[in-house]
Amino acid sequence: MKINIRKLSELTGINLLRFFIVFTAVFLISFLYIIFSRGVEVISWEFITKGPIDSMTAGGIYPAIVGTFWLTILSITFALPLGIFTAIYLVSYAKPYWFVRMVRIAVNTLAGIPSIIYGLFGMTIFVQILHMGVSLLAGSLTLGILALPVIINASEEAFRQVPKSFRDASIALGATERQSIMRVILPAALPNILTGTVISIGRVAGETAPILFTAATFYSHNLPSSVMDEVMALPYHIYALMTEGAHPAKQLPIAYGTSLVLLALVLIVSAIAIIIRYKIRKNRKW
Amino acid sequence: MVENTAHINARNLNLWFETKQVLHNVNFPVYDKKITALIGPSGCGKSTLLRCFNRMNDLIPNCHIEGKITLYDQNIYNSKVDITEIRTKVGMVFQQPNPFPKSIFNNVAFGLQLRRMKKSRINEIVEDSLKSVWIWDEVKDRLHHSAFSLSGGQQQRLCIARALANDPDIILLDEPTSALDPQSTAKIEELCLALKDKVTILIVTHNIAQAGRISDYTGFMYLGEMLEFAKTKTLFTVPKDKRAEAYLTGVFG
Repeated sequence: MKINIRKLSELTGINLLRFFIVFTAVFLISFLYIIFSRGVEVISWEFITKGPIDSMTAGGIYPAIVGTFWLTILSITFALPLGIFTAIYLVSYAKPYWFVRMVRIAVNTLAGIPSIIYGLFGMTIFVQILHMGVSLLAGSLTLGILALPVIINASEEAFRQVPKSFRDASIALGATERQSIMRVILPAALPNILTGTVISIGRVAGETAPILFTAATFYSHNLPSSVMDEVMALPYHIYALMTEGAHPAKQLPIAYGTSLVLLALVLIVSAIAIIIRYKIRKNRKW
Repeated sequence: MVENTAHINARNLNLWFETKQVLHNVNFPVYDKKITALIGPSGCGKSTLLRCFNRMNDLIPNCHIEGKITLYDQNIYNSKVDITEIRTKVGMVFQQPNPFPKSIFNNVAFGLQLRRMKKSRINEIVEDSLKSVWIWDEVKDRLHHSAFSLSGGQQQRLCIARALANDPDIILLDEPTSALDPQSTAKIEELCLALKDKVTILIVTHNIAQAGRISDYTGFMYLGEMLEFAKTKTLFTVPKDKRAEAYLTGVFG
């Protein structure tokens, strides 16, 4: 019997691909399983509404949830307008070509910098030179800069997807370039910009390194009362539970519980982004 | 017979994209309250010429224009002219219907909102504009629905209404029916004939028959030059230029 080599290699190829898929899926599923199974035992109403007690061996993580919430909100509030306007400039006004190229290279380089370096940069600029101290404000600004490249790229892409005919129509009706952007192009691009932003929220909420020296505190009795306060934050809390304190065995389950909460929050935010995008794509007809 | 007056004229118009000359010394009048058609083979510069009338070519980098287009004795290429003002007086409708991703109402109101007109006045003008393109009855109950809910032909009429809302002296139509089915095309042609009592129309068309059906004057463009400009009847029956005759009889297209 003659062996059909082409058929055989085809079959091998497909099965190899299947194997890789299963391999990836196994990783993802076991990852979720471990975080969930180990974290779920400490999850309770108390856990998400009370602060830590008995030097972090009991109690909850409420202050860290609040801290992460404010860090995320403030950093996006800072980065979103800045990112959108940078993108508008790059897409509509920026000349000459070499300048645009340079800005774009800078943005992409910024996106590739390790986050711990953002932390050092934030500490130098915001904490020390601008005298903000270790504070919610300094941490949010640092995280904002981290989110900036993602938002700029998402916005630029969103602006490029708006058909040129919208701008032509607007200009032909007597609108200025600025009016066309504000009244037609930006509203048309906004849904996609926001989806990109929500994705960057996931990144900002989960970062530890940038807030290490700029905002985070190991333990705080009170919730932050102003932007100049230090805050607890979920990712840093996990780090603290694993590296500090006198009772590692009691702290480990809490660290898993905290991870589960952080993971759930990021997944919820991403799910919202996916739903928004789905709804918009369904309604969009250009 | 009283000779028609033309308040819009192209004078010695030359246009280059980078170093390539696209329009060569074009001269012609656009008579008031008449339909003037520009015809000619693809790439002859007729759309480019049309876009000179509201300075849309300004958006193209490295486009250089010499000569004049006068609108009521004002040269629109004068550097002191407010170009956004000109574009409200010279409306434009594009080849592909291009409503904004906004409601039907906000599409028509767009130009008026730019000029911060009073709400009550905007409501009136939107209604009038939609009525004048015969779409009011079809949309009056869903003014706040998306403009994309309309059919292609309706969208194009909406775009005409949007241009008319600015109360222009002239509207430029750039092959307005080439993306539409025959029925919608017939409706737009009929509409043009009805509108010319109110507004001057300059239309570029690929469709020779269309120019014959609706226009009063026709300009024949070839390789960036206007070889012949005459009353449509004259041009279609006794063209002076050999190439115009060849084009009209379908020798080339």
